[in-house]
Amino acid sequence: MSSPSWSRCATERRTLLGGLLAVTLLRPASAAPEAMAQAIRGFTGGAVPQPGGINLEIPPLVENGNAVPVSIEVESPMTEAEHVRAIALFSERNPLPNVLTVKLGPWSGAARIGTRIRLATSQRLMAIAALSDGSFRLAEQQVVVTLAACIEG
Amino acid sequence: MARTLLRVPGTAQRGEVVEIRTLIQHPMETGFRPGADGTVQPRDIIRRFTCLYNNRPVFEADLHPAIAANPYLTFTFVARESGVLAFIWEGDNGFSQTETRALTVA
Repeated sequence: MSSPSWSRCATERRTLLGGLLAVTLLRPASAAPEAMAQAIRGFTGGAVPQPGGINLEIPPLVENGNAVPVSIEVESPMTEAEHVRAIALFSERNPLPNVLTVKLGPWSGAARIGTRIRLATSQRLMAIAALSDGSFRLAEQQVVVTLAACIEG
Repeated sequence: MARTLLRVPGTAQRGEVVEIRTLIQHPMETGFRPGADGTVQPRDIIRRFTCLYNNRPVFEADLHPAIAANPYLTFTFVARESGVLAFIWEGDNGFSQTETRALTVA
């Protein structure tokens, strides 16, 4: 064996390792959070939601992911001039990122909704409120699920 | 007809914020779940819920497969005048159901 071929081999290996490292470092943690980010961009139209002024209430430890009570409340006077237009809930690791989207208005009186949702696994949930002035508010909550939904028949 | 459970106050003060709770019997089949024969069950969910107050929408919700079976929703609105509340659920396979309740505003 001649030495040039050995050195070329080593260089290629080094390139490959470097490439693998870059892929590992640059890749998002999983495809799902990217899907959630995309769904959120679809809801906000690219605007960056600001945290605060919205409360996402969900048990931090869920025994059964098939029906998890969730309530969302946004601080707003709900007047004609200043109200919540819509609230959306997003999930990070369910098969689909969208969970619920509701439309509200000054006639709602309060920006308070509740429902029961499914959670496929432990994950982060995000609630985003669209306000009448065009801004967006965000609340997030980490949830641990011991029995997942959607897996068993 | 699917069974529904509605918690609607019969009377309210003018300007009062009224809270409504609704529940409808529905499997909300996600379209991701295998059935007993191993094949994935086709999606069958309620896509949309609307509440009309004297024919004016006061609450609209888009539901996705992540909503639990027998969808439960709570929301509020301001009681302005006596009238009729209509609750409309629409979904896959032509699912559509409407329930009405009277609301008297003092």
